[in-house]
Amino acid sequence: MNSLLELNQVEAHIQKFHILQGINFGVKKGGVTVLLGRNGAGKTTTLRTIMGLNQVSKGTIRFKDEKINDLPPHKIANLGIGYVPEDQGIFGELTVGENMRVAMKKEDEETTRRMEWVLELFPDLKKFWKKPGGALSGGQKQMLAIARAYVNKNELLLIDEPSKGLAPIIVDKVTESIEQMKENTTILLVEQNFMMASKIGNQFFIIDDGKTVHEGQMEELKNDKGLMKKYLGIS
Amino acid sequence: MNIRNVEKSTWIFIIIGLLLFIVPFIITGRSMQFIIIQIFIFAIFAMSYDILLGFTGIISFGHVMFFGIGAYSTAIVMDRMDATVLSFFVAILVAVVIASIVSFIVGALTLRLKSHFYAMLTLALAGLFLVAAEKWRSLTGGNDGFTFRLPEILRDSHHLYVLCLVSLVLLFFGLRRFTKSPFGRVLMAIRENEARTESLGYKVLHYKVIASVAAGVVASIAGVLYALSLRFVNTGVFATDLTIDVLLMTIIGGVGTLVGPILGAGLVELAHHWLSGLSDVHWIFERWIILYGTVYILVVIFFPLGIIGTLQSKFMNRSIKGLRNSRKTVGK
Repeated sequence: MNSLLELNQVEAHIQKFHILQGINFGVKKGGVTVLLGRNGAGKTTTLRTIMGLNQVSKGTIRFKDEKINDLPPHKIANLGIGYVPEDQGIFGELTVGENMRVAMKKEDEETTRRMEWVLELFPDLKKFWKKPGGALSGGQKQMLAIARAYVNKNELLLIDEPSKGLAPIIVDKVTESIEQMKENTTILLVEQNFMMASKIGNQFFIIDDGKTVHEGQMEELKNDKGLMKKYLGIS
Repeated sequence: MNIRNVEKSTWIFIIIGLLLFIVPFIITGRSMQFIIIQIFIFAIFAMSYDILLGFTGIISFGHVMFFGIGAYSTAIVMDRMDATVLSFFVAILVAVVIASIVSFIVGALTLRLKSHFYAMLTLALAGLFLVAAEKWRSLTGGNDGFTFRLPEILRDSHHLYVLCLVSLVLLFFGLRRFTKSPFGRVLMAIRENEARTESLGYKVLHYKVIASVAAGVVASIAGVLYALSLRFVNTGVFATDLTIDVLLMTIIGGVGTLVGPILGAGLVELAHHWLSGLSDVHWIFERWIILYGTVYILVVIFFPLGIIGTLQSKFMNRSIKGLRNSRKTVGK
């Protein structure tokens, strides 16, 4: 086994609904792995289940060969997994600076260097440093969410639909930032925007009805019109 | 600490604190001095509630139990020991230790519950303390309560005033530091979203229990001062009405601001005093609680964030607007 993260026959329920019915994939160290699929296929639930925010009903999740499916979310996060949820997950009443600082588990040379790097990448955050996170625009909130996850030295970043609801120019900025981050961190990305996903993704997995149905290299998918139409509705 | 780095607001609070020291020389009437002392005590109690409600998002209907623990610890220690300064310090120590232990146990056992269950359970626990105080007559004097002697130095109302003011100022700056620390930031994150905070790597229960202990200890100090100011204690210090009063003070002043609960305590205590005093003018003011309720409803409608919270929000919105406008101008 040489995957950083490995999901084996993972099943999960939300209340009485059987959402994940057999998720299998491995995320190799380095680069961007993309989870694709139609709305409601189970992509977000997969990320939440990895983070421990949903219980695993069956199967195993391993991070660096350690089984993590019984661990609470804070322990999973402390293993080195950062999470950027679909709704950005920023704290609206905390200032931008407080949002960043609350994400920094320790203020050492490494996190300070990372903080400086993300603030250069997203200068708007510096400008609104003392303003509440809730006052930011949608794009700025997304930047803050990504910056917050990157500021710690996480080995794996789970990013859920970073382009959702953003103007194309902001999507380009977010894409560019993820491309730069993938040099230092492994990223598992859930993305509906195929243009963005295909630009930054290295490998992909398609989820349909709570199961992993296809996997491969992003380059192959770009040329497979049939597969794209069947599972992603792109013609 | 470099004096130049001290925030402007800190200077303002220091100046207000210093001005309050000269109030007893201006207001010499004993009843008014007593009201101001009560304001200081309830301001401390309300700040402790703000740590729970405003900074951590925990609603407790039983916070009065810590206030009562402080009041009874003081009264019992002062009654059983000689009325000396030493026994006063022993009373504070006993109050703080008991409040810490009780708040730790209550927090560790109940803060895992969802907020409304926690609120109801704390109400039940405070009720338990009230019943215990009523039934354990040999220790508490039951419903009738008992009086106790104060050390010589605290019998002077000026000294008591200074003691309450110093306690308020020290606790205010201490809690301000606590809430602005990295620990305080995590509490505010928990208030907004527990799951989100947990997924950043924080064990939420630990933080909530520590916040509950801090709030319990501060509330017990308010209880100590309350018993000292009355030289008497009875089961009224465990009454749920006091929790409701302190909840109103916090909401009217502004939750999550620390200054708000102090202002709220001042407004509520003064309203209580003036409205009930108006009964000589017209019989309707005998029902001052109706007017008080009306004022409360109006405040909630027009100042949903509390007085300080609304002012802060207005100031912040203006500053954000300014930032966005300056950005547009630069863009042109």
